[in-house]
Amino acid sequence: MKKSTTNVAFYTPYVMWLALFVIAPMVLIVYQSFFDISGHFTLANYQTYFQSGTYIMMTINSVWYAFLITFATLLISYPTAYLLHYAKHKQLWLLLIILPTWINLLLKAYAFIGIFSQDGGVNSFLGMFGIAPQQFLFTDFSFIFVAAYIEIPFMILPIFNAIEELPENLVNASQDLGAKGWQTFTKVVWPLTISGVKSGVQAVFIPSLSLFMLTRLIGGNRVITLGTAIEEHFLTTMNWGMGSTIGVVLIVAMFIIMFLTGERKKKGVRRHEA
Amino acid sequence: MKRKFKWSYLYLIFVFICLYVPIFYLVIYSFSTGDRMSNFSGFTWKHYAELFADTRMIQIVLDTLLVALLSSLIATIIGALGALAIDRTSRPVMKNTILSLNNILMVSPDVIIGASFLIFYTALKVPLGFWSVLMSHIAFSIPIVVLMILPRLQEMSHSLLDAARDLGASNYQVLTRVIVPYITPGIFSGFFMAFTYSLDDFAVTFFVTGNGFETLAVEIYARARQGISLEINALSGVMFVFALLLVVGYYFLQRAGQSRRAKHKRESEALINETTH
Amino acid sequence: MKRLISIALAILAVCLGLAVWSQDLQKSQGNTGDNTLNLFNWGDYIDPALISKFEKQTGYHVNQETFDSNEAMFTKIQQGGTSYDLTVPSDYMIEKMKKAHLLLPLDQSKLHGMQNMDPRLINKEFDPGNKYSIPYFWGTLGIIYNDKFVKASEVQHWNQLWNPKFKDSIMLIDSARDVFAPALISMGKSVNETNPQTLAVAKAKLDQLSPNVKAVVADEIKMYMAENEAKIAVDWSGEASEMLANNKHLHYVVPREGSNLWFDNLVIPKTAKHFKAIYAFLNFMMEPKNAAQNAEYVGYATPNAAAKKLLPKSVQNDRQFYPDDETMKHLEIYSDLPPAKVGLYNDLFLEFKMYRR
Repeated sequence: MKKSTTNVAFYTPYVMWLALFVIAPMVLIVYQSFFDISGHFTLANYQTYFQSGTYIMMTINSVWYAFLITFATLLISYPTAYLLHYAKHKQLWLLLIILPTWINLLLKAYAFIGIFSQDGGVNSFLGMFGIAPQQFLFTDFSFIFVAAYIEIPFMILPIFNAIEELPENLVNASQDLGAKGWQTFTKVVWPLTISGVKSGVQAVFIPSLSLFMLTRLIGGNRVITLGTAIEEHFLTTMNWGMGSTIGVVLIVAMFIIMFLTGERKKKGVRRHEA
Repeated sequence: MKRKFKWSYLYLIFVFICLYVPIFYLVIYSFSTGDRMSNFSGFTWKHYAELFADTRMIQIVLDTLLVALLSSLIATIIGALGALAIDRTSRPVMKNTILSLNNILMVSPDVIIGASFLIFYTALKVPLGFWSVLMSHIAFSIPIVVLMILPRLQEMSHSLLDAARDLGASNYQVLTRVIVPYITPGIFSGFFMAFTYSLDDFAVTFFVTGNGFETLAVEIYARARQGISLEINALSGVMFVFALLLVVGYYFLQRAGQSRRAKHKRESEALINETTH
Repeated sequence: MKRLISIALAILAVCLGLAVWSQDLQKSQGNTGDNTLNLFNWGDYIDPALISKFEKQTGYHVNQETFDSNEAMFTKIQQGGTSYDLTVPSDYMIEKMKKAHLLLPLDQSKLHGMQNMDPRLINKEFDPGNKYSIPYFWGTLGIIYNDKFVKASEVQHWNQLWNPKFKDSIMLIDSARDVFAPALISMGKSVNETNPQTLAVAKAKLDQLSPNVKAVVADEIKMYMAENEAKIAVDWSGEASEMLANNKHLHYVVPREGSNLWFDNLVIPKTAKHFKAIYAFLNFMMEPKNAAQNAEYVGYATPNAAAKKLLPKSVQNDRQFYPDDETMKHLEIYSDLPPAKVGLYNDLFLEFKMYRR
């Protein structure tokens, strides 16, 4: 195999990007995290983070809600992607799923406020069946619903692509061999689409860790996440040191998650080939 | 079997309704005589008239689309190359490290990215404006492209590649004839998601823009303090209908092209069959 | 592969088209470098018709860029990179920018129309003698209530917010100092209090308010109140006027015992370059007719006394947005606190939001 020349061409732009737009800003963030609000070098930011229960609580909140959002998104997206696979004009439907994401997030959030409010669309709909107005806004339900709404396309696309690759004859074979629908799913379909699911989960879970806009807009700041705190430290108190510290913690947490869920040995790939 | 299919379509329809309800809500209010998105009061076209008379707004829309298209195109190319590079990395630790680095820009909130890019650009004396915004959008779109392409590459069985090589294909041929066609759906997903990221970004763009260059998201967020006027709803309505027509039109044109080609191919195959027999 | 390349080329062609079109629009707007004015403003905070009028009258081209928070604007000006000529910070931010040497003093000899300003609204402690800034809009912090659910007499004073009757019905603005202000004033303290013990007591008092708090939100509060989502909100007068215009059941009250008085003033940041255009614009905006037109468009209270006289009588006599002298006496402006104190306020605020029931 002649590796050297072609590989360099592949790596260069990506590695340049890594160096300039990922490593450089990261070094800056780590550097800033060692300065307090008046600009003195200190370790106090990390001390504050790990000693005050507030930030630990916030971290737990962030992970928990990111998990809930990812789970809800997966629950809606997997069947959607699966059914889309069997639909006519599936490519068109797929594009139509992406389309709403091109409308500004703030506008969509305002629309949801109108829809979920006491006098809003959902409550007047329920009113037709004689159900008294419910409180939807500022509840975990509406927060997770809207967050999942925003993230759905990021989950559907990779899963759909994985299902498209699913060898139809394998599913048929499994059914012919007497497997029940559920068995075919757990033993054949799910394992073969797991890489798409994994990529979707990453695309949803990781950004959800630092969510802040929706926690205020729809959640009414009932849920406080690390994103909220970073936002506040960067924009209100202008305490970039503390903000960066939380940023570093987020990045480290993401690294840990990546290594826990990432591949260990080449086992998975080999199995297909055999 | 048949009845089951009906139920499944019902589910799909439900998902689509959920996806489009807020959009319709926005568009309906763009026809309201009021000023804000509450208490619908009478039908009017005036917000559309306002919009088309507002050259500043039109220019912002053009600039926004320009940045979004160009940045997602470039990000898709770099991201695809990156995904290929990551896929070729054999050591798991190395691979996980690169993937983690890849995701840093996704886990960092926009204010952090925006502020660090701003410091970075001013330190390097990069002038703020179109180019700084474009570079930043490319930068934060690359991770999602990589995430969309990578699973396709990992699924691709290595025996396929080996077979191609055994048949005498060069590395270049393997890339263009085998790998790229295989990951094309991932490339498209990556492009569309990068486009979404770019259109929606507000915080990063705000920090790195300057000298009169502005994108739609920045303008919309900056208007929130005074209340967003229905002109913005009208704009969203126009953009949405335009995108819808584009998507549907493109899809059917492409299908027409494909079926013609397929028909053509079938005919020529039949011809070959006839002549050989 | 061929298909991908042709699609990429098509996208590039579209980009080229967009770029040419955008350039064309830029030129048609008369933007040719030196005769421009770079205005860094809150979004939708000036009547676009006035900008066109100014451009026609003087031949300068106005280049507008927008921001959505004082602090974000501060960061951009501090880092430089763009030659912003004029910007519109709020009171405490003017003080902060002054301390950071980011402002240029006004040349009073070139200004015409300062005599039009309401004498009660100039020469404030954040900028004595108005050396650096000209008032653009001003307002107060107050209580908005919905008369469908709340009687006027029930919300005349800050202390009444703690009424257990209002369980789960108040919306607060997501800003540390605007949440602490009601608590501090109701304790008879200043809104600029920095004593940690006093602030701790205020925080304890706020924790008791917590059962009444429905949500802590920001700009979207306008949408919520218009939709009858909450009975009461604590917000700025500018936002309130917006809400009142959209829901006739809403009213605005500034408690007599005191509140915050805020300003958005025009200033010249150190990045400024086009001084002729700057003074032309400042004088243009101080003309009573133009200031009145702007006030009608934006809906905020104008500090220009001569302009106020040109507004409809119903607006001039509106005690909600132009409070009487007695109330004015008790209003206090936020001063720019040292970073550590700002940090203290925000840490307490974060805890308040975090452990809310």
